[in-house]
Amino acid sequence: MPPSIALRMNHALPAEHRDRLLHVAREASFPPGTRLFEEGGHADRFWIIRDGTFALDLHVPGRRAPVVETLGIGDLVGWSWLFEPYVWQLGGETVTPVRAYEFDAVAVRLMCLSDPEFGRAVEHWVGRVLSHRLHAARTRLLDLYGPYGSGGAR
Amino acid sequence: MTDVPVPYLVVDRRPETADTVTLRLEPVAEPLADFAPGQFAMVHCFGRGEIPVSVSSVQATGGLAHTIRAVGAVSAGLCEARAGDVLGLRGPYGTGWELERARGRDVVVVAGGIGLAPLRPLILRALAGPAAYGRVNVLIGARTPADLIDHKEIERWPTTYTGVTVDRPDDAWRGDVGLVTGLLDRADFAPADSWAFVCGPEPMIRATARDLADRGLRPDRIRVSLERNMRCATGHCGHCQLGPVLLCRDGPVVAWDRTEALLAVREL
Repeated sequence: MPPSIALRMNHALPAEHRDRLLHVAREASFPPGTRLFEEGGHADRFWIIRDGTFALDLHVPGRRAPVVETLGIGDLVGWSWLFEPYVWQLGGETVTPVRAYEFDAVAVRLMCLSDPEFGRAVEHWVGRVLSHRLHAARTRLLDLYGPYGSGGAR
Repeated sequence: MTDVPVPYLVVDRRPETADTVTLRLEPVAEPLADFAPGQFAMVHCFGRGEIPVSVSSVQATGGLAHTIRAVGAVSAGLCEARAGDVLGLRGPYGTGWELERARGRDVVVVAGGIGLAPLRPLILRALAGPAAYGRVNVLIGARTPADLIDHKEIERWPTTYTGVTVDRPDDAWRGDVGLVTGLLDRADFAPADSWAFVCGPEPMIRATARDLADRGLRPDRIRVSLERNMRCATGHCGHCQLGPVLLCRDGPVVAWDRTEALLAVREL
């Protein structure tokens, strides 16, 4: 199974944990250009995209916040809610109309505390997502499409 | 095929990006044999040397187009060529994409950077015969929006799905940002009944081919175009050797089932 699909909640979480998580989800829809969170803000929610495209950006003074990654169907939006101090590391905005499952971070963290097995499963899932995104970011650092990224000069 | 450079006239020079141009060439006298998409020519810049370049367009007149990025002395010299200049070409060399083997099936084309150039004639052929192929998907990764070649043409391609993602967006970019493999989820194809054609930097090829295979594409239906240090282009010098494969003769287009293990060998 390719990583992008293996990391989706419906594959990454065992059925019982997935069902528990979805039980506390709320269906949400956002028009394009909706800012869901700002860098430095309190991370009190997270989302799983059902349809549409979402952009993560980073504040840079004097220019429009550059987009560092776009996310699509099945992707987890937000991991800062799981780790203290629960502060968003990036800003985020919908690019297209987005339908998503929205989760209350405090409620899910309480579920993780009350059921360690569920908590481990959620942490393992989010950890794998983080690992995948770290690998993607490192790959992009290689500048593979640059003049010398694909082989020797000739 | 000839091992002696044949003169070709530069009839048009189109800048693609800051460091990449497309040269349209017409034979001065007898043209070389017909090139298949995916094959390459050794393009000679007189006084500097020659480099292998895949064809980015094949004309019925015998004319060719090569998209060249200035990364070294020879390629920089070729990029400086103007209409009216004469270059030397020998070829055609190597294996083509063999798009015709995908007839009746979905097609997935994945290009990274200038890797789009060798795939362009394949894409145009697939789109020229929509009844012959299933859904045609084109996925493109680029460094920045300014590094995207053929960008105006891409918008007009009547594909089932065309996705473009960049590593570093500018302020005007409203498209995707991230690895090209991230677009595979949005492409519309039946993995068990598809062929894929992949060209770009080797790490991108490996990641894409593995992802496609993980989705259920048969490895022998994943064609990748590889690059090594091609010198003679006739299978004699061994510079382009990848284990038992001589990429100038057995490639540059090879099936993933033949190369996956070889690409995992560091010494190769």
